Amino acid sequence: MPEEKKYESLSGIPIGEVYSPPDVRGLDYERDLGYPGEFPFTRGVQKNMYRGRLWTMRQFSGFGTAEETNERYKYLLANGQTGLSVAFHFPTLKGVNSDHPLSRGEVGKCGVAIDSLRDMELLFAGIPLDKVTTSMTVNHPAPVLLAMYLTVAEKQGVSWDKVGGTVQNDPLKEFFAQKSYVWPPRQSVRLLVDTMEFCLKNVPKWHPVSISGYHIREAGSTAQQELAFTLADGLAYVEAAVERGLDVDDFAPHLSFFFDAHMDFFEEIAKFRAARRMWARFMKERFGAKNPKSMWLRFHTQTAGVSLTAQQPLNNIVRTAYEALSAVLGGTQSLHTNSFDEAEALPTEEAVTVALRTQQIIAHETGVANTVDPLAGSYFVESMTDEMERQALRYISKIEELGGMVNAVEAGYPQSEIMKASMEFQKEVESGEQVIVGVNKYVAEKEPPLNLLKIDESVERTQLERIEETKKNRDNQKVAAALERVRDAARDDSSNAMEPIIEAVREYALLGEVCDALVDVFGSYSDPGTF
Amino acid sequence: MKKYRVLIAKPGLDGHDRGAKIIAKYLQEQGYEVIYTGLNQSPEQIVTAALQEAVDAVGISVLSGSHNYVFPEVAKLMREKGMEDVLLFGGGTIPEEDIPQLLNQGVKALFRPGTPLEDILRVLKAEVG
Repeated sequence: MPEEKKYESLSGIPIGEVYSPPDVRGLDYERDLGYPGEFPFTRGVQKNMYRGRLWTMRQFSGFGTAEETNERYKYLLANGQTGLSVAFHFPTLKGVNSDHPLSRGEVGKCGVAIDSLRDMELLFAGIPLDKVTTSMTVNHPAPVLLAMYLTVAEKQGVSWDKVGGTVQNDPLKEFFAQKSYVWPPRQSVRLLVDTMEFCLKNVPKWHPVSISGYHIREAGSTAQQELAFTLADGLAYVEAAVERGLDVDDFAPHLSFFFDAHMDFFEEIAKFRAARRMWARFMKERFGAKNPKSMWLRFHTQTAGVSLTAQQPLNNIVRTAYEALSAVLGGTQSLHTNSFDEAEALPTEEAVTVALRTQQIIAHETGVANTVDPLAGSYFVESMTDEMERQALRYISKIEELGGMVNAVEAGYPQSEIMKASMEFQKEVESGEQVIVGVNKYVAEKEPPLNLLKIDESVERTQLERIEETKKNRDNQKVAAALERVRDAARDDSSNAMEPIIEAVREYALLGEVCDALVDVFGSYSDPGTF
Repeated sequence: MKKYRVLIAKPGLDGHDRGAKIIAKYLQEQGYEVIYTGLNQSPEQIVTAALQEAVDAVGISVLSGSHNYVFPEVAKLMREKGMEDVLLFGGGTIPEEDIPQLLNQGVKALFRPGTPLEDILRVLKAEVG
């Protein structure tokens, strides 16, 4: 007799052999699902979903210098991509310049190097900012990058009310997920509210935050934790904005979300559906939102980077396609599909083209975009959606017992939960209980090497030269005065730091200079190094 | 029985620490004394910590593409400090073709994504104890 196999989802939810009416006995259609476009939006935020408009195909991209990335953007736009998404290199994400000692070896490697407005001008050269929308993945230094983007728009003659896009600007998850923090938790939330307030008044089409589960999942969490911690971050931001005196129905329609699409197909679909229902209820019941758009959880999805394998890399095309399909069946508003060579390096043009084509095949060949929320009413999917919600609510209650997400982060709660989950998953892979094709099963003896994208070491030199040149060509007195105004605004909790930051950027203050000015007031945060 | 000491380090600005923490936890469970530096360490800081903690091995996790700078730099600093008896190993998103030249510069072993933890343990056991 073979040992009895345990049937569980990737995140440990027990899975039955067959589902039938008793599994959804408590489900009330009007209360728990509603028609698409109706509260609680479980089935989708729009009535006709992809019939009205397909999801935005938005490939996250950036490498080397601003000029190189600009060429890649033009290539992607020419090939049918419908929005831009900027990947910055680690120094930019951490708020330091390319000439910082810790930047050595990392300049332009995992994203594009942006040190000042000069780089940003080159990044968007020839791309009209009133015609494309841009998503920028950057968090603690986000106000500075947003300031640069708006200044480029200004220089192109595009008024801010015509500029659309998103800046990730989700500071709390940095402490337990992506780890690109600069200042401490409380100060980081204050700066987020500054950008929310500023955009409401001045850049009405901009989404000033994308509350992100993606990095939480990639750091090793389960699906339930990803869902719970993301919504808990969102609740903290809404509370902070309300405290500032902003009206929920003014700012909430501008909130957006970002999730991971991982390997377990139905679990992911359930997660997306549960997320919409949970957020809608929180916004209506807890914050008294009246505008339906305040209750909408609109999200971007990226397929799971962590599921890519360096072994037999072509298999990653198949993984990514299934993950992308789960996002579409879950009703995503935009999507990034990973390239098959990304377990090892940033993607080549060939690899990124296959990734984009994967989305186009799902959109135009499979027929899945024709029907809204086609899996609704499935005994299994509805039961999974309920279970996902139940488990996520349990985490959210725990976080509220700790006094909310800022306190939970300071206490290291999400950090330790993620550590436990990631260790458990690793052990399942080690034991073979979780099969990873090509890694712990169906292993190939010998594999031909991939042709990988190489970032030229000259990028670092180019950036260092450009920093020197920028410093020489600007009015250093004006820069110093502008940085002092940034410090003043940071000191005064009742003022908004965005305008002084824009002033400093316009004078070609370097990213690291602006962030240092903020660190002077806010202090910095460093890794406690627990494991 | 002697408890061998291992320093696990994360250099530079890269925040990908899932692998580093899993290795740290696993080696601790396997009976090693593990010191984890946390994120954002310079090569100098890593070598100083290794000296201060009198470790038997230094493991560096790099997922930022900076491996061709970090490993040779740490190896050089370790040689300068006379740490020839300390094992230097590492892992992360390091393309196959970059590995031979790093091994030639004083790195004892490099582990690519998907490596079973037991393989890492085997190398440590053979080289350190």
